[in-house]
Amino acid sequence: MIQWGFLAPAIIFMLAFFGYPVVKNLIMGFQYYTIKTFFTGEAPWAGMANYVAVFQSPVFGTAVLNTAVFTVGSIAGQFCIGMALALYFRRAFPGSGVLRSLMLLPWLIPLIVSSAVWRWMLDQDNGILNRFLMASHLVSGPPGWLSTTGLALIACIIVNIWIGIPFNMTLLYGGLQDIPEQLYEAAALDGATGWRAFRYVTWPLLRPVVNVVLVLGVVYTLKVLDIILGLTGGGPANASQTIATESYHLSFVEFNFGRGAALGNILILISLAFAILYLRANRRAYDK
Amino acid sequence: MTVVTPDALTTTAPVLRKRRRVWGWTAGGVAIIVVMLFPVYWMLNVSLQPAGSAVRTSLFPFQLSFAGYAKALNDQGGHLATSLIIALGSVVFSLLIAAPAAYGLALFRIKWADAMLLGILISQMIPGIVVANALYSIYNDIGLLNTVGGLILADSTAGIPFAMLILRAFMMSLPTSVIEAAAVDGAGAVRTFVSIVLPMCRNAIVSAGLFTFLFTWGDFLFALTLTTTRDVQPVTLGLFMYIGAYVNDWSSVMATAVMASIPAIVLLVVAQRYVAAGVTAGAVK
Repeated sequence: MIQWGFLAPAIIFMLAFFGYPVVKNLIMGFQYYTIKTFFTGEAPWAGMANYVAVFQSPVFGTAVLNTAVFTVGSIAGQFCIGMALALYFRRAFPGSGVLRSLMLLPWLIPLIVSSAVWRWMLDQDNGILNRFLMASHLVSGPPGWLSTTGLALIACIIVNIWIGIPFNMTLLYGGLQDIPEQLYEAAALDGATGWRAFRYVTWPLLRPVVNVVLVLGVVYTLKVLDIILGLTGGGPANASQTIATESYHLSFVEFNFGRGAALGNILILISLAFAILYLRANRRAYDK
Repeated sequence: MTVVTPDALTTTAPVLRKRRRVWGWTAGGVAIIVVMLFPVYWMLNVSLQPAGSAVRTSLFPFQLSFAGYAKALNDQGGHLATSLIIALGSVVFSLLIAAPAAYGLALFRIKWADAMLLGILISQMIPGIVVANALYSIYNDIGLLNTVGGLILADSTAGIPFAMLILRAFMMSLPTSVIEAAAVDGAGAVRTFVSIVLPMCRNAIVSAGLFTFLFTWGDFLFALTLTTTRDVQPVTLGLFMYIGAYVNDWSSVMATAVMASIPAIVLLVVAQRYVAAGVTAGAVK
């Protein structure tokens, strides 16, 4: 009996702050839940109206596409650079430990701080990036990273990659440390060094960690809100609007909580699909 | 005093080359860090320059000026204090909830332990905006909007699951003999937990607390959605308001950004060994 006493507060908290919101959100998705509800206390039943409205909205297609591009682009960048750096820092050279911890800084500072810094660095007229590009004659005119529809999402992806590199690097580095050195020595005897050693020794043994890193990356990236709101606010003209930011917009800018909830539920479904992948990947990582 | 062996005196050419190559790796590592941390340097650089010249920031703060910090402290000092109170509150609350739960999960044979771990993992997949959407309406009903307590509770959604996972993992590694010995001495479960288990978990508790502090300090979503007035605004929201309007004084914006980054920097310098462990433990376990 006593063990439940230790667990009870945590169970109550988890139910109240994760269980309840999910259930509440499911119900709100079927209700006309607007600013009026807060005065009258009434949220009339809406059936599928919120979902129909969300699906028919022209922003929906854009948001889904942007979410996919943002997620795939971010993960690809974070993972490849993180992997390259993990391999680089695997060699224990003088100072590698200190440098590796310094590398964590982008991941530890608040997301909104990163947004603010990059917003100024990417500024069209006075940002350091455009000053560099102009001075080296790489572009003919200063690109409007945050103000043109073709570039806004790319800018968000670049910033998100910068933030995610340390996380990817740290986990992959940990995975690399677990591969016994003898395997490389044996492989070298068989003539496998460099790329071939990576292909036939590192990659197969790192796969379980890679799976976990990729799925966690997807789940975290789907939720991203701070970075996009801080950089572009989802604009210009919804060019960087994702499902998460659009859900925020519907609920907290238009005060149409029912529709915000409906879109949020779609996001939960997508996350859940990846959650199942995560659990399978994680289980396999332990089995090995 | 170290003894110099003859070998070390007559260093041969291949050894020298090898040593040079090792330092080449260090130089490469430094170059990578310089590129990666350039945005952090830029934040510091802009924050230390006079506001007027911020339009065309020079590469180094030759004209050192703390005007940005003066303005930032004036505008954002209250928000920084709010952030500090909320973050500390959330650390205390999260540890109070998570430590006993971790003990329960780690050391009792509970039928539902696996199901609960699964629940914790799934909770990590739930998007913050979904939680915020639902919390807004209930907070509105019970008067928790625009309160420090409301934000502490909401922000603990990051700290509690994380703290439970790393504390549980650590407690699993404790030698059971010590705990059994306490039981033989007649200590009840509560006393064993408080006077034996908790002191042994000091390092893990410090890790969990530090990360909870960082999560809460960096929270933006709940600050944005669960406050509607200027009464309770953490510094993340203050910074967002700064950059939301047209900015003509980037030095004070960057000074605010620097101050908002202080906990992360302090953590990295003071508690380096806890950090990498926390990143790994929280993600894979």
